[in-house]
Amino acid sequence: MTAVAPALDVRDLTYRVDGTTILHGVSLRVAVGGYVSIVGPNGAGKSTFLKCLNRILLAASGEIQVNGRRLAEYSQPQLAREIGYVPQGGTDDIPFTVFEFAMLGRYPHLSPFTATTQADEDAVQKALTMAGAADLAERPCCTLSGGERQRVLIAAALAQDARILLLDEPTTFLDPRHQQDILRLLARLHRETDMTILSVTHDINAAALASDEVLALRDGRAVFHGPPADLMQQKVLQNLFDQSFLFVLHPETGQRLVVPEDAR
Amino acid sequence: MIGRPKRVIWVLAALVLASFACVLLCPFVGMDPIPFDVVFGFRELPANAHAIFWQVRVPRVCTSFLVGAGLATCGMAFQAMFRNPLATPFTLGVAGGASLGAALYVWLGLSFSLLSISGVSVFAFVGALGSISLVYGLTRLRHGFSTATLLLAGIAVNLFSSSLIMLIQYLSDMAGAFAILHWLMGGVSTMGYDRLLGLAPLVATGILILFAMTHELNLMSVGEELAISRGVDVRRVKHILFLATSICVGGVVAVCGPIGFVGMMVPHMCRLLVGSNHRYLLPTTCLFGGVFLTLCDTLARVLIAPAEIPVGIITSVLGGPFFIWMLVRAPASMARLGRNT
Repeated sequence: MTAVAPALDVRDLTYRVDGTTILHGVSLRVAVGGYVSIVGPNGAGKSTFLKCLNRILLAASGEIQVNGRRLAEYSQPQLAREIGYVPQGGTDDIPFTVFEFAMLGRYPHLSPFTATTQADEDAVQKALTMAGAADLAERPCCTLSGGERQRVLIAAALAQDARILLLDEPTTFLDPRHQQDILRLLARLHRETDMTILSVTHDINAAALASDEVLALRDGRAVFHGPPADLMQQKVLQNLFDQSFLFVLHPETGQRLVVPEDAR
Repeated sequence: MIGRPKRVIWVLAALVLASFACVLLCPFVGMDPIPFDVVFGFRELPANAHAIFWQVRVPRVCTSFLVGAGLATCGMAFQAMFRNPLATPFTLGVAGGASLGAALYVWLGLSFSLLSISGVSVFAFVGALGSISLVYGLTRLRHGFSTATLLLAGIAVNLFSSSLIMLIQYLSDMAGAFAILHWLMGGVSTMGYDRLLGLAPLVATGILILFAMTHELNLMSVGEELAISRGVDVRRVKHILFLATSICVGGVVAVCGPIGFVGMMVPHMCRLLVGSNHRYLLPTTCLFGGVFLTLCDTLARVLIAPAEIPVGIITSVLGGPFFIWMLVRAPASMARLGRNT
């Protein structure tokens, strides 16, 4: 019996820019259908790590394998058929309607010189429905609220029909209700479609509750990689954030959650 | 579903009609109106009217249509690529580089053709490609560049090109200096069909390449990161776009000199008409650009008849206020100037 290749296998990833090393030999292995959160303080290299995985940024050294194939062997459209990406930031300056924007996700499935087909429209409609953004289809992107924007960004990535989804801070700047909406959506995608998810987040509690594993980065180095329960230790978190935390138990699940000390 | 097909169809149909109307009717307009029956040889007098119509006005109108279409389409491509409404062949120094190449060719007294493309077009193409490569290279020297850096690099290249052109003028004799000055004002006057036939393949090649890249232009217009994540090989696409626009702008500048602002005004007006989906925006911009410059040139021929105004002056007179209007009216677009791309 052949073992299934991991969805992502990153070894000793190093990224440099303008002579500064941003990532120092970070490694990560994510099984097919895994849900990994990447946490760490600002400037730790979390987004950079994510961007190296789909070649938005080019790593200086190390090796990345996607579904058992080296990253270098993929053309950019091939890679986009494997990895969907939800960027950080707004949609204010996107000059399209939501449907048009989501349709851009079909690019890796188009042949050169061809127009989009009914099958592409169906795929976009399905992605919008899955992300709960079907009713926004005709809205210009620049008119979306924060919560709507995140759902649309996720829908646009789902339109890529990829099995791996990278998300860069999908809940930042959202109020608690919309944060929960997005986290529920990701949990449903993970559960129902067995999608592999890598999500950068600042919310340690959300990371602990949602993911199978957590990768913690600090100053471009991996300082922790393991199950969420092991992350929620004073020593680990203190080492990660230079900050003490208080621990409480989730009233329903009993999982450990944290509150920064002196948070009053 | 993508875009606004119904409105787009109406706009495109109107522009096709306007294009035919322009090309068919504008040759009849000029210092001396030419009656229809003279054109088709039914009446003999005046003796030179037939020649003026077929050998001067028709090629001129066709040239201006082609030039307008080419410049507007290239402007649209630049604006999508750099996500900036002010990015045009003019502001990014491409037209300046092409002008320098063409002026250099004239000054050196060269006379050759390469694969039946005139030497002046080859020089202008090299100048255009050199300029855009230089501008792009300057912005890539450091990680992350703002569009402000891009426009400043364009201005720097433009100034540099202008200085060298002035030097060439200074070193030229009186007749040469005047010829370069007149050519720099931008004009589409032509005699016979040679220049038109030399220009047509260059503009057509540029536009056809851009036509094949409408998906990529859509993705580039939402940002490089998103484009890459959706599968666009941004580096390759940029190289192709630089090549296509340089062929087109180089060809235009070699024949007509630098004609400013068409590449900025027309795509912006077309976006208001059909939205930003390049599948529809490109044909709209192409036709609108053709109609726009043909009308501007017709105006240039009749405004101070019997004298003529170079059409570049007309487009600049219209473009200056438009540029200011965009600065005032489009704060969101302008906000991008300070942002990293």
